[in-house]
Amino acid sequence: MTDVAESKIWIIAEQRQRELAEVSLEIIGKAIDLAKQTRWKVAAVLMGHQLNTLSRQILSYGVHEVLVADEPMLVNYCNQAYVKVLENAVKRFQPEVLLMGATALGSDLAARLAARLRIGLSAHCIDFELTEKGDLFGIIPWLGGNSLCRISCPHTRPQMATVIPGVFQVPKMNGIQGRIIPLETHIEQKDLSYHVLETKHVKGPQSELEMAEVVVAGGWGIGDNDGWKLIENLADRLNGAVGATRPAVDESWAKEGQMIGTSGLTVRPKLYIGIALSGHPHHLVGVKEPELVVGINIDPNAPIFESCDIGLVGDYREIVQSMIKCIDVQYGGGDE
Amino acid sequence: MRVIVCIKPVPDPKYWNRLRFEAKTKTLVREGVPSIINTLDKNALEEALRLREKVDGEVIVLSLAPLDSISVLREALAMGADRGILISDKIFAGSDTLATAYILSTAMTKLGAYDIILCGDQTLDSGTAQVSTQIAELLDIPNLMHITAIEFTDEAQFLVKSQIEHGYMLVEIRAPMVLSVANQINEPRYTTLRNILEAEQKNIEVWSSEELNLPERLVGLAGSSTQMGDFIFPPKKKKAEILQGSPEEQAAELTDRLHRLGFY
Repeated sequence: MTDVAESKIWIIAEQRQRELAEVSLEIIGKAIDLAKQTRWKVAAVLMGHQLNTLSRQILSYGVHEVLVADEPMLVNYCNQAYVKVLENAVKRFQPEVLLMGATALGSDLAARLAARLRIGLSAHCIDFELTEKGDLFGIIPWLGGNSLCRISCPHTRPQMATVIPGVFQVPKMNGIQGRIIPLETHIEQKDLSYHVLETKHVKGPQSELEMAEVVVAGGWGIGDNDGWKLIENLADRLNGAVGATRPAVDESWAKEGQMIGTSGLTVRPKLYIGIALSGHPHHLVGVKEPELVVGINIDPNAPIFESCDIGLVGDYREIVQSMIKCIDVQYGGGDE
Repeated sequence: MRVIVCIKPVPDPKYWNRLRFEAKTKTLVREGVPSIINTLDKNALEEALRLREKVDGEVIVLSLAPLDSISVLREALAMGADRGILISDKIFAGSDTLATAYILSTAMTKLGAYDIILCGDQTLDSGTAQVSTQIAELLDIPNLMHITAIEFTDEAQFLVKSQIEHGYMLVEIRAPMVLSVANQINEPRYTTLRNILEAEQKNIEVWSSEELNLPERLVGLAGSSTQMGDFIFPPKKKKAEILQGSPEEQAAELTDRLHRLGFY
């Protein structure tokens, strides 16, 4: 094939069943912005089967090239097959930067490729800096979000990073200017090291939590099931829904479907109350455009107090119990 | 069947407020912070024990950690693992995920034949969730992440459920393989006093870089392409208004404001 990719910043356009992951568009926006530093061009790499419509859709977001590996054996994501296609493309066209979403697919594909090429990988970035010379620095949350760390892979190329979904804006569509470059795949049956029998999307209608105007979220500091009941009672009084951080889900106080943030839901409440949680960006990134953020934590230095409007410092049990009492008094009675 | 479970000691989140960061060496000072088995690694171990109950075999726990982490391996033995190996060497300090995966995969190769390598999906501390995939790549075997169910169909064939965003995949996969598990997969068992006493009798092997024949340039900081840079302490964007008074007074003030704003 004679087509040569010129772009030096590549992003993985992640799709499953021909549905594009929103984070891929978010990264395109950021990549186009970064590319101004070096006057590089941006390409999206799309792998799967029957991708004509999707390729054109991605072009309309302003990328210079879409590199497409379209092949029946790529219909389902299988990392050893996908990494083979990507490895060949990277070796052939030598991009400087390669970004993808920190999703189930992106994190796995990035880790495989980094190990195969023996190169570095900056995980879960929330921002980037690109120098004029083309050195990429990823910014990651560190130590429970108390600080940020600049992370880089200075000696290996491409400079690879995964990006937390929801931190960048999806760019506006601005008409198609770029072009589509087909990639050779060379996939054989033996590259499909596992067999996907079924892919199920259980997305369905939005959950109560995603639509709630009031979200009360709890974290690790809730401590036990009784504590969790308490914040459920508070949410109930406020006609709200209960959300959780990853540690609260790991402790089984909350269900997976209640997790807000990077690997969970995005909520858009008017009022968000974060209780006994640190305020780590992995969680807070899932709380979009709240009007009022309240933080309740026993540690006056908890990062949540840098992300909230009103802070309450103290034992959450005492505070929440008192709040419930106050609300009940206002309604002139105890439990309904 | 031989199952290897990777376990990582992590600072107990209950004491994270005691963690200090030393800017000069870019290391975490964990003094006085007890270590626990990373929560999801317990789920991985539980699943290994359940597989052994079904088809017989051996469960080996493997940990790359400082020497003082032996208690964490002891706990894994008390849960029921047959054998514990601690991989520990000063030159391993500062390993990024790829160097970590390299060290672990070398140890696995030294162990000889294995069927399944089980890991937790991610760790509580660094949480990059990259190591299991990188082990699989370095061993050139298949892997899947976010596993919520493992069903054994014949001697090497498995049916697994792997979570993805807003759904799941049902996948047929053959051993040898690496699987990293999500917490929904099971409820890890508790250890009894008897288990703990029995575990005291079990031997824990310690392997250094010599046993693994690892060149210094491929491990630790030297073997890590990913570099931690400087730290940014972002300017406090927005300082919260901190309510004053007793818990009751703060609660009363907040509910009053929420009421006036029409939230209830």
